[in-house]
Amino acid sequence: MTAHLLILQVIIPLVSAPVCLLLRGDRAAWAFTLTVSWAVLANALLLLNTVLAAGSLSYAIGAWAGPFGIEYRVDTASAFVVLIVASVGAVVLPFAYKSVRHEIPAERIGLFYTCFLLCLTGLLGIVVTGDAFNLFVFLEISSLSSYTLISLGRDRRALTAAFQYLVMGTIGATFILVGVGLMYMMTGTLNMADLAERLSPVADTRTVRAAFAFLTVGVSLKLALFPLHLWLPNAYTYAPSAVSAFLAATATKVAVYVLLRFFFTVFGVEFSFEAMPVGQILSMLAVVAMLVASTVALFQDDIKRMLAYSSVAQVGYIILGISLASVTGLTAGIIHLFNHALMKGALFLAMGCLFLRLGSVHIQDLQGIARRMPWTMAAFLLGGLSLIGVPLTTGFVSKWYLVQAALEDNRWVVAVLILFSSLLAVAYVWRVVEIAYFRPARRVSLRVAEAPAVMLVPTWVLIGANFYFGIDTSLTSALARRAAETFLGIGT
Amino acid sequence: MNPETTIQLAIVVPLVGALLIWMSRSYFKQRETVTLVTASLLFILVVSLLPVVMEGAKPAVVLWELLPGLAFAFQVEPLGMLFALVASFLWIATSVYSMGYMRRHHERHQTRFYVYFAVALSSTMGIAFAGNMFTLFVFYEVLTIITYPLVTHTGTTQARRAGRVYLSLLLGTSFLFLLFAIIWTWLLAGTLDFQAGGVLRDTASPTVIGILFALYVFGIGKAAIMPFHRWLPAAMVAPTPVSALLHAVAVVKAGVFSVLKVSVYLFGVDLLAELGSSEWIAYVAAATIIIASLVAMTKDNLKLRLAYSTISQLSYVVLGAMLANPWGVLGGGLHIAMHAFGKITLFFCAGAILVATHKTKISEMRGLGRTMPFTMGAFFIGSLSIIGLPPMGGLWSKWYLALGTLEAGQVGLLVVLLISSLLNVAYLLPIPIRAFFSAPDKAEPVKGISEAPMTCVGPLLVTAAGCLVLFVYPEPLYRLMSLIVSNGR
Repeated sequence: MTAHLLILQVIIPLVSAPVCLLLRGDRAAWAFTLTVSWAVLANALLLLNTVLAAGSLSYAIGAWAGPFGIEYRVDTASAFVVLIVASVGAVVLPFAYKSVRHEIPAERIGLFYTCFLLCLTGLLGIVVTGDAFNLFVFLEISSLSSYTLISLGRDRRALTAAFQYLVMGTIGATFILVGVGLMYMMTGTLNMADLAERLSPVADTRTVRAAFAFLTVGVSLKLALFPLHLWLPNAYTYAPSAVSAFLAATATKVAVYVLLRFFFTVFGVEFSFEAMPVGQILSMLAVVAMLVASTVALFQDDIKRMLAYSSVAQVGYIILGISLASVTGLTAGIIHLFNHALMKGALFLAMGCLFLRLGSVHIQDLQGIARRMPWTMAAFLLGGLSLIGVPLTTGFVSKWYLVQAALEDNRWVVAVLILFSSLLAVAYVWRVVEIAYFRPARRVSLRVAEAPAVMLVPTWVLIGANFYFGIDTSLTSALARRAAETFLGIGT
Repeated sequence: MNPETTIQLAIVVPLVGALLIWMSRSYFKQRETVTLVTASLLFILVVSLLPVVMEGAKPAVVLWELLPGLAFAFQVEPLGMLFALVASFLWIATSVYSMGYMRRHHERHQTRFYVYFAVALSSTMGIAFAGNMFTLFVFYEVLTIITYPLVTHTGTTQARRAGRVYLSLLLGTSFLFLLFAIIWTWLLAGTLDFQAGGVLRDTASPTVIGILFALYVFGIGKAAIMPFHRWLPAAMVAPTPVSALLHAVAVVKAGVFSVLKVSVYLFGVDLLAELGSSEWIAYVAAATIIIASLVAMTKDNLKLRLAYSTISQLSYVVLGAMLANPWGVLGGGLHIAMHAFGKITLFFCAGAILVATHKTKISEMRGLGRTMPFTMGAFFIGSLSIIGLPPMGGLWSKWYLALGTLEAGQVGLLVVLLISSLLNVAYLLPIPIRAFFSAPDKAEPVKGISEAPMTCVGPLLVTAAGCLVLFVYPEPLYRLMSLIVSNGR
């Protein structure tokens, strides 16, 4: 059984997707998807458990041995990201039932859940595969299905948002494909472990450097690194609420994982950070992302868009940690992958609750809403505190590691800017808090009731996780540190 | 019960109290009873630790690690003991006072008020008993967040603006300077534990130590050292019990307490004295003392005047720490207690005047002594204590601070202390004097004594009596503080 955990992680949702399309009725499709997502989570937990015991796992598809067959490979880092994706999926789905019925026409709900499962498949596949081309395939599966998911949004602008994402995402994917092709040209292999070995003799060629550049840019597009983030605000704003929450918590995280995989496993830390100037470039862009995106977030009147810009800023934090290429820096980046998934997931779910009742998340429509929907707004407030990085929340843990990493590297200015950008987060979170708590309620919102329990419970599960993993960090920081050490080739 | 359990209970009891208050939200008498019982229980717990600490023990408890190597740890040492004693005792007085004030002033959302109040006290205990800088920081931030809804309690536009100033200054300084300094210390020293004599000796160059120390002092925004003082006057929009206990005792004293704690247990007084890192900050503190007093004279709103007076008095404690000698630390520590009793009395009086006459302006308080003799009498006593005149407790702390300035060879700072006392006379004493000796406005005929409710007047008489008692009997506090001075080196 444990031998097949790896392939099951992808096969379960992949096979379920077409089955879901055959089911009649939205309730059946939802119940089916929910079951699948929980099975995926159970599988992810088992997988993590196995990896923690064994170090790493490898699986040859169809028993074709690598490097000729496709190899799936999981170590601590990938098992951790798999866990993030699977648990966010499992939490968002109970929430999705009412939210999706509210936002998506009945005849398309079956399609919605099918795409959701495909997207889940793609994201999980990217993480578990050990094959560069297979990674591209899964990337396309997840991207195409997420374009569809976004376009299902109720607002007509969802269509343009999806199209914009389609164009940008395809450019990104093409860059990745070119990068993979160039690597194949030089080495004749697509297996990542094999690539790592064969690239180093030819590393000092223009082709390999070009491949590296193509991959970096392509992946940066997918993970919405400033200034390649332009697709993200619209996509998150107009997507259905459940999709915003799911994608915000997983899609960019998986893309970051791809970046890590290419930088540290395939090209190796010497090539990526010493032969190529990517460390300096990324840390500069990351700092700009933190400051500019946070500032832009201050001026957004649509709260989902505000959170989207905040995501761009938070991706900056993650990339900053990675760009330092130290154990603490990588730990900071990886732990923030997890923590940011928790906080943004929770915040977007709270947005979903508001949208269900108000039909809008425009700041003017939120006046005095805290009195009508106290649990939802309390969730937003607590999630916001985590985003700011108040002690006892996960955000604080990330911030601590990140500042520590910057100071270890003697980057004083960067450390100050990290702290400063968390003050910008105070400003944009508090703007909403003031409107929702201090303004008198509008007449239209006087009849509004609190969101239903099926939506509040998942939201609060994530809020609870924000505090749990902010108070007891032994699990997350140990995992992140181990993953960082594996990437850097330190220890076992 | 062993001291380790008591420490944890001191933090848990107010939290449980908060939960019980929330559960009894429909029954206001039950709600107030729960508050009072919780406050009394907390005080008993804190007092039960006193004998142990007096014997020179430092009971400690280490809970789980929040981050690798950074544990949630508590340790009771004399300074924290003093702070916890003062805060928990005055919480009882404030609880009684709140009952009268909140009811009589028809404040809304009283459950919320009592709940957050209890949580704020829990974090105050956390700060007082923190065993390392990390734990202290966690509770420090929690205290900022949890007092925000108390500051903005009324929900008016003014309250919202004040809340904004409050949050931005306190979070701003603590993130940008304090957290930065803490992480830096962690990298330099490899530990954040509070240790007698400090942990930073020989870890960095004097310049770095100097910068780090400044980051700490200015990062602790709750100490309200200029130019980061604006949040304190802003916070005066809160109901008077909040201003009295939190913004004259718990929150602001948490600030100066942290400054003392950092100076004594992270840097070590001797190190500071050797390097002279704290000297220029002593001048900043001195400037704050004088400027804040001058500003206080211009304020006609009683609570605002008291707030500026608090800013000035807080810098006494900071100054004591910056003098970097035993007398300074002793005086600074004592001033935490002495000022607490004096200032809470004055705030209680301001609140009592508000509920009895709806007056907030000093210019309207002429002749008030005829209708409110007890309140104004207590105000007089509180003022004397703040000024530092006998027979009030405030004398002692100023005395030791003055000794500290001489020990440090800073005659200029001694002059500052003396001028400040004169300024205190100038902005505080006219209030009770006019209340007793000026004729009231003709429009308001005097109709005999009409004081605020007994639940308001009682506590303020108790705290005023406290000022007197501390003059006659300061010895336990002195002994407590001298433990630090002898251990601390």
